[in-house]
Amino acid sequence: MDWTSWVISTVSRALAFGVPLLWGTLGEIYAERAGVVNLGVEGMMILGAFMAFAVTQSVGSPGLGLFCAAMVGGVAALVHAFLTVTLRANQYVAGLALSMFGLGLAGLLGRGWEGKPLSSTLPYLTVPGLSRIPVLGPMLFQDQTVLTYIGLVLAVLLWILLFRTRWGVAIRSVGENPATADALGINVTLVRYLCVVFGGLLAGVGGGYLSVAYRPAWTEGMTAGMGWIVIALTIFAAWDPLQAIWGAFFFGALYHLSYRLQAFLAPELLKLMPYFFAVVVLAASGFGRARWRRRAPAALGVPYVRGER
Amino acid sequence: MVGRFLGQPSDSPRPALVLLKDITKRFPGVVANDHVTFELRPGEVHALLGENGAGKTTLMNILYGLYRPDSGEIWVKGERVDIRSPRDAIRLGIGMVHQHFKLVLPHTVAENVALGLAGMPFWAPARAVAQKLRELSQRYGLPVDPERRVWELSAGEQQRVEILKALIRGAEVLILDEPTSVLTPQEAQELFKVLARMKAEGHGIIFISHKLDEVLAVADRITVMRRGKVVGTVLAQDTNKAELARMMVGREVVFRFTKTVCQPGEEALSVRDLYVRDDRGLWALKGVSFGVCRGEILGIAGIAGNGQRELVEVLTGLRPAERGKILLLGRDVTNRSPRLLSDLGCAHVPEERIRMGIVPGLSVEENLILKRHHREPFCWGGFLQTWAIRAFAQKAVEEYGIMTPSLRTPAKLLSGGNIQRLILARELSGKPVVVIAAHPTYGLDVGATEQIRQLLLRQREEGAAVLLVSEDLEEIMELADRIAVMFRGEIMGIVAAGEATLEEIGLMMAGERRPVSVRGEGT
Ligand SMILES: Nc1ncnc2c1ncn2[C@@H]1O[C@H](COP(=O)(O)OP(=O)(O)O)[C@@H](O)[C@H]1O
Ligand SMILES: [Mg+2]
Repeated sequence: MDWTSWVISTVSRALAFGVPLLWGTLGEIYAERAGVVNLGVEGMMILGAFMAFAVTQSVGSPGLGLFCAAMVGGVAALVHAFLTVTLRANQYVAGLALSMFGLGLAGLLGRGWEGKPLSSTLPYLTVPGLSRIPVLGPMLFQDQTVLTYIGLVLAVLLWILLFRTRWGVAIRSVGENPATADALGINVTLVRYLCVVFGGLLAGVGGGYLSVAYRPAWTEGMTAGMGWIVIALTIFAAWDPLQAIWGAFFFGALYHLSYRLQAFLAPELLKLMPYFFAVVVLAASGFGRARWRRRAPAALGVPYVRGER
Repeated sequence: MVGRFLGQPSDSPRPALVLLKDITKRFPGVVANDHVTFELRPGEVHALLGENGAGKTTLMNILYGLYRPDSGEIWVKGERVDIRSPRDAIRLGIGMVHQHFKLVLPHTVAENVALGLAGMPFWAPARAVAQKLRELSQRYGLPVDPERRVWELSAGEQQRVEILKALIRGAEVLILDEPTSVLTPQEAQELFKVLARMKAEGHGIIFISHKLDEVLAVADRITVMRRGKVVGTVLAQDTNKAELARMMVGREVVFRFTKTVCQPGEEALSVRDLYVRDDRGLWALKGVSFGVCRGEILGIAGIAGNGQRELVEVLTGLRPAERGKILLLGRDVTNRSPRLLSDLGCAHVPEERIRMGIVPGLSVEENLILKRHHREPFCWGGFLQTWAIRAFAQKAVEEYGIMTPSLRTPAKLLSGGNIQRLILARELSGKPVVVIAAHPTYGLDVGATEQIRQLLLRQREEGAAVLLVSEDLEEIMELADRIAVMFRGEIMGIVAAGEATLEEIGLMMAGERRPVSVRGEGT
């Protein structure tokens, strides 16, 4: 085998496969930074995937399809926010329910579309000029959709927003100590709603990418557990949008390799790889001195009630 | 809202800065504020004095918009206002420093101050605030470094951040809820100077406390609350400690205990060069050594957060020691389980009564035998012996005066004082060798406090070694035979209680060293 071309195509595919992970993780980071765990990522992604496919197939515009995917993700997240922020339901249970619900609903609605290829897909780009750089060109600037680049820029912007702006201070404070934020006049409920819904929008786009770009077709359960990897990645990235980039592409590579290596290893074993690494990563981040520095927002998972002691 | 009120000529009839009129607030089971009226004038320090649970914090939370009153009116600068949230309060020029600071620990000082602050730029608000922060620090004598992370700061520094947070928001009214509870006596003097400066600039200050001396030292007027009601308002210059105590407690108060002479026996608990980490992985104890003898009380003084919590946890087997040794009656018990320690006669009265002292949902009788539920006579062949448990519980309830509707009542329904009596009844049964008591009277009323202090003294007379950790210096001076002062995970010195002055201990609390005598005088 030609090693350079093997490495080039692996990196390029890892990037492409990492995109939905990156979008989902960026969204989950925002929700969790504001103190709300949303285990419904898998459900929001599959709803996004279905919506993007259905709209694109009917209207012929992948852009509109992705927009609708974002909307459906946002609406699903809104339900989660209502349950957990307003009604103060258990965040983990509500999130699990959302995942189950999303998978079930997408499966039901998608029956008639099952296995159909998509007529108009999100175009793959070749960046003029940059793509001709040896090695790096074909790795990074060929055969990517626009969502790869938007995702990368978004990660940087979201990092700046979180750590260098007034809003960022408010979001992080709400996740660390909502009582303090409340006492300073921050609307804790509003911040949490916005962050959770924003997370849903991104998860929806991540799902939509799968069905209109990565594998332009509709298959039931096509997110294949990516939503759960996103949850692990959020922890792996230590709730930092920039670190989410490395994490997403590392796991993108693992996913990709599990296809590439099918000739050598049992496919079931390879499919396990991302999940296996997710467990390893979670276990590793729970050890030792790193725990305090890479620790979750202090109020994560805890509903806020004013005046409670 | 009226304009700034401070510019008006001083002889014109000025409305009060704040007037709380006939405020009533009920919580399930208690009337926390019962038709309370309270007034604050500009340029005065008005102290709110009362025992724990009197309703001081509740009243201030109402003024700050955290609670809504059930009835009553709030007037600010002559206008009737409706304060629905802290945001409204801030807009009206009210700032509050809560008893438990409201700070985001992982964030920097500047980020904490910038949070929710109006008029900050969208980009890099922390940088913009740092400049303003330096000016204000200068003006009021409140030094802080805007770049530091809050969790690295001492309690006194954190308090300064809280005060600056209120000042930068233009607070004309500053509420300080038990501000001296986290300060050394010297730091408290510093704070009083800052308050004087603010007073001179026309701010009104509400100073909450349950300590008589400092209220007399700092306040112009004093309002005393008891069980949700205002007992009266007096001028500080016209009153004295005894009168205030009577108003606060509702009867004559004895300030003294009868304490026998200390006759220390063998060393029951020895700690040798102990190193322990806190939850963040930083050193909480750095080479701590001391010994406690039978028949003596060793008091551990110091501001909260200097390693006391970790010390208690390591001594009771709840936290691992990285280096050093703990000996119980000469036996090495370092890093052994809490069960073993308790079987060897180590009693633990924990800091967090409800979280660690009881199982809230279990009944009073079940809580009373928690430590020994696996042993005869309470357990036989794996089955609980209801009859033996009931008899034991009945006796304990009578002996310790635990007020409970029945033995089957869930322990969480008891009042704080009765929960603490329950814990002591359980821990002190079966003649402990060592009693480790962390803040045993914190938040209790005078009656319960007296009883619990008596119980500790009785343990000492019966030959137990008592380790008393407390932030209440008066309590330590009264009960302890020797006093060890902790600062940043080290012991600054151990002094005999009779010889130490409050000033000396205050200096040690701030980090000044004294020669350490590791053993009690008796050995
Ligand atoms: N959020 C709350 N829920 C229920 N009871 C409360 C709450 N806050 C205070 N209380 C009760 O109200 C009474 C007054 O409490 P508080 O105002 O904190 O007293 P103080 O500040 O004078 O020590 C106490 O009996 C306390 O248990
Ligand atoms: Mg209070």
